[in-house]
Amino acid sequence: MINIEIDGKHLEVENGSTVIEAAHDAGIYIPHFCYHKKLSIAANCRMCLVQVEKAPKPLPACATPVAEGMKVFTASEQAVKAQKGVMEFLLINHPLDCPICDQGGECELQDLAVGYGGSASRYKEEKRVVLPKDIGPLVSAEEMSRCINCTRCVRFGIEIGGQMELGQAFRGEHAEIMSFVSGTVNSELSGNMIDLCPVGALTSKPFRYKARTWELSRRKSVSPHDSLGSNLAVQVKDNRVMRVLPIENEAINECWISDRDRYSYEGLNTSDRLTKPMLKQGGQWQEVEWQVALEYVANGLRQIKSGAGAEQIGALATGGSTLEEMYLLQKLLRGLGSHNVDFRLRQADFSADGKQAGVPWLGTSVAELNKADRFLIVGSFLRKDHPLLAARIRSAVKHGAQANIIHSADDDLLMKISNKSIVAPSAMVASLAEILQALATEKKVAVDNSVQPLLQGVAASATAQAIAKSLASGERGVILLGNFAQQHPQAAQLQLLAQNIAALGNAKFGFLGEAANSVGGYLAQAVPGASGLNAAAMLAQPRKAYLLLNVEAELDTQNSQQAIAAMQAADMVVCMSAYKHQGVEYADVMLPISPFTETSGTFINTEGCVQSFKGTVKPLGETRPAWKVLRVLGNLLKVQGFEFDSSEAVRDEALNGVDVLSKLNNSLQGLTVQTVSTTGGLQRVADVPIYASDAIVRHSAPLQATQDAMAPCALMHSDEMKKLGVKSGDLVKVNVGQGSAKIKVSADDTLPDGVVRVAAGHAATAGLGAMFGSVTVERV
Amino acid sequence: MNAPILLNTSHFEQPWTLGNYLKVGGYQALRRIIESKMSADEIIAEVKLSGLRGRGGAGFPTGLKWSFMPKNYEGDKYLVCNSDEGEPGTCKDRDILRFNPHSLIEGMAIAAYTMKVKVGYNYVHGEIYEAYERMEEACEEARKAGYLGNNILGSGFEFDLHNHLGYGAYVCGEETALLESLEGKKGQPRFKPPFPASFGLYGKPTTINNTETFASIPYIIREGGKKFADMGVPNSGGVKLFSVSGHVNNPGNFEVPLGTPFKKLLEMAGGVRNGNKLKAVIPGGSSMPVLPGEIMMDLNMDFDSIAKAGSYLGTGAVIVMDETTCMVKALERLSYFYFEESCGQCTPCREGTGWLYRIVHRIETGEGRPEDLDLLLSLCENIAGRTICALGDAAAWPVQGFLKHYRSEFEYHIEHKRCLVKA
Repeated sequence: MINIEIDGKHLEVENGSTVIEAAHDAGIYIPHFCYHKKLSIAANCRMCLVQVEKAPKPLPACATPVAEGMKVFTASEQAVKAQKGVMEFLLINHPLDCPICDQGGECELQDLAVGYGGSASRYKEEKRVVLPKDIGPLVSAEEMSRCINCTRCVRFGIEIGGQMELGQAFRGEHAEIMSFVSGTVNSELSGNMIDLCPVGALTSKPFRYKARTWELSRRKSVSPHDSLGSNLAVQVKDNRVMRVLPIENEAINECWISDRDRYSYEGLNTSDRLTKPMLKQGGQWQEVEWQVALEYVANGLRQIKSGAGAEQIGALATGGSTLEEMYLLQKLLRGLGSHNVDFRLRQADFSADGKQAGVPWLGTSVAELNKADRFLIVGSFLRKDHPLLAARIRSAVKHGAQANIIHSADDDLLMKISNKSIVAPSAMVASLAEILQALATEKKVAVDNSVQPLLQGVAASATAQAIAKSLASGERGVILLGNFAQQHPQAAQLQLLAQNIAALGNAKFGFLGEAANSVGGYLAQAVPGASGLNAAAMLAQPRKAYLLLNVEAELDTQNSQQAIAAMQAADMVVCMSAYKHQGVEYADVMLPISPFTETSGTFINTEGCVQSFKGTVKPLGETRPAWKVLRVLGNLLKVQGFEFDSSEAVRDEALNGVDVLSKLNNSLQGLTVQTVSTTGGLQRVADVPIYASDAIVRHSAPLQATQDAMAPCALMHSDEMKKLGVKSGDLVKVNVGQGSAKIKVSADDTLPDGVVRVAAGHAATAGLGAMFGSVTVERV
Repeated sequence: MNAPILLNTSHFEQPWTLGNYLKVGGYQALRRIIESKMSADEIIAEVKLSGLRGRGGAGFPTGLKWSFMPKNYEGDKYLVCNSDEGEPGTCKDRDILRFNPHSLIEGMAIAAYTMKVKVGYNYVHGEIYEAYERMEEACEEARKAGYLGNNILGSGFEFDLHNHLGYGAYVCGEETALLESLEGKKGQPRFKPPFPASFGLYGKPTTINNTETFASIPYIIREGGKKFADMGVPNSGGVKLFSVSGHVNNPGNFEVPLGTPFKKLLEMAGGVRNGNKLKAVIPGGSSMPVLPGEIMMDLNMDFDSIAKAGSYLGTGAVIVMDETTCMVKALERLSYFYFEESCGQCTPCREGTGWLYRIVHRIETGEGRPEDLDLLLSLCENIAGRTICALGDAAAWPVQGFLKHYRSEFEYHIEHKRCLVKA
């Protein structure tokens, strides 16, 4: 610590900090534009010039390190003259079109101009015009004349997003921020550039001209789209969500949100929202009153229970449903006498059920990912599945951490990867086993007996040895199992291996939760337990009745073809959904339930952080929050303990006062390991594209217009394509299970041999069989 | 006049060849330090003794700069020669590159030996391709003869030099912009600190000197620092190349000891053209404040004398203007240059240089307003000293200098909408 003085205030500050940090910590505001606490120092705007004793000229507070005995004057005559001088320069070429600027009212330039700008300009010459740029459907760069060239957007791209998609081209007064040769900005984090832009140069394209900032009320919410639980400010006007911004939470989303969190709201008010309960009668859909619809459901369930038995009723929820919804769903089912309830819709291997010491979770806190020094990331489309967790890992790697990858695809993670093993899905277990073996050799210790069968005949490759060395040389290692690993048919074996590697490497291990409530679903007991059927079993052994909570069976399940068949065969399918979706084909009842913005609820994120939120707008039309719908259903079915009058009461009963963290435990004991023989032929590698991950994002038009939402292709190594005699752009028929889809084929030489990558969660591939397993490709 | 030191091969028909350089004692200094295993401290002491100050414009003592290089640093270090000579009026480094390339190579090799650097880069101004080619040839000659490479003069000392042709941005003459450009990025200055000695090329310790600075080194080592220092005056050691341009009869580069009277330098350049009266001189490159002729005629060409008179020696580019010169027109041209060459990174320079130019342009074209002159001075105050690099100063100083000494001409322009000087 060293002593400095700012504006006469004695301060003790950390050595190595800058004047602006010291001042802001002490509550002394220094005006600035280019400085941002999360970005590197550019010192280019010059707004933060301050007077420093003994310095011949004013110094930029953002780039001046503190020194013992330093005396700083932020508002002296010299400092203010410098600051006003800079403000004058910033304004001369700025259009001053605040009345028609989306940034008006929340503009850093506008705010500071009040304090440092003149009432009239001394600049009488013509102003500079910078031509508009089209950089994609999310970020508007229509008014680049407003840009003050602070380069925050450029630095964000390089430093946080991992790629330089915007840069400053040209020189001097002609300098312009633009994308490389008119390209679009495709980062999954691009919207943060809008927040960072201190002026109205980069604004939100979907929000453009929709409302003024002062007309909006700002309501707190939590993202339902991934397991991070980013904190959101949902901005509302006239009972409509107009915009979503981040709320800073250093422990979770820092000051960022992904584009998925930011723009999904555009899917909230689409014309295919389900706004009235509907019943299918004589093959025709009819809108009915809630009372009628709910009584129909209650009667149907009663009849099936008394006729075929309660075990013929199954309930499926998406992992993005709230804790309260999932708790009531399972309580209703169990009240009826069925334990067939699950939220792990894309999971294929349930052999860990009952052998897991607690709720599977991240295994560490989110914030600690930044401090980890070794990563082994197993089976994850990291950037697209977990955009902000990827950014944290990227930051750790930038600071010297080593990232190692095992996966069946090799998408660019925009960070330095130390070692990677890209293998077919069937080889993943062996690939991870090699690392365990290499690590045991490296550490000269024996491997636990439980995992020995997986090591038989395994010889560690050079890559496995390199990964083992990397892990062994670290102090704070983290092994993470991604969505792909969790959906893998040998998920439990992967988990067991990861657990053993972590034990040998003194590392933590955990799951990158697949959905907003991947932890919450367990705590809500929305899992079958020993006496019920899990999600896969419920579809493989069709039930007579299904309750679907937010589920679009053909898009949200491991085996789309099987799910559709099960729904079609059922006597009664009840869709609780915010949308009129494909379910109209197989459902008997459609109940309009609230998306996250229209209900209160709770998400428990992947590190076990419980975050409750309130509704931000009134439910659309006749829509009702699902917890209320389930409560009434419980009453109608006379199930005990359904007298809740608030979602908080549901949450409190669900969590029952337990410390959530004490319930989290990834340890797997007593798993019977069976090695699986692989079949020949091509195997499917299925990702769930970032903008196909749930119903809301699938309905967001701007997100669907991005590159990430392009229609899925069958991606294969060009060698495999040669064998089939197809070339990129050809239409092919892809067969998985009994289902098939006609899509284009495209070469991707980063894929291993023997695989075809075909995305799930998309209408074009709905109807295909399982996400893993064999696939054939035919020319058409 | 003594025999030239920097252009000591100029009497040969092909002054750039290795053979001719060897005839005038070339590479003796390098051979001596290697054979005598002269220590880095001894070499730096000799350079300090020579009083050599950087010839790129800022005049920083070379020996001191070399001593900043971390001595026990494990890992790569770099040596960079700044041959991006872009200051209008300056063309001295070009002649060293073209006519005495081996003096630069030897100077850099000595510097590399001193600072234990294995790789050097010579960043050559984009507009002088033929000088770049000449350097490439010279480096190849030196490599073949064992003055560059991984076993210099059989001693095991390793140093190689790579030439890099710039792309014509003035700002890349600023050393950190040069480093950015050399790294393949957009050439714009870095904020300092950290200085290149700790965070230079590719983030590694780097020493950057001007071409002429390096070219002075062989003589200093060969003949001793004291001899070099004694040729100049106190605080301005040695000889220097002056590029004399403008309204003189015989423009060109002239190597003279520092402290030589301007009057003598003007004589060497053949005096003012057509016997005209001397009006004004920019003594150190176009960014330095202009001085009236009568002041210049009493000045000596060394760092202190010029500074005392309110300008700077800079790069030693002497721009001479006679009585026919319109000072408004002259400033308009200079202001346009700095407007065009601003990198655009920081606000005062990006926005201010264009504003300065437009005002001067207005005055020149008869659109000036009485308040413009105070506005110009006010803008200069808001630009100079407020930017990341010195380009802001470089844009402001000419305006301030011209207005300090020739304000009445500007006022006349504004009032009468025409020029005071009859061309």
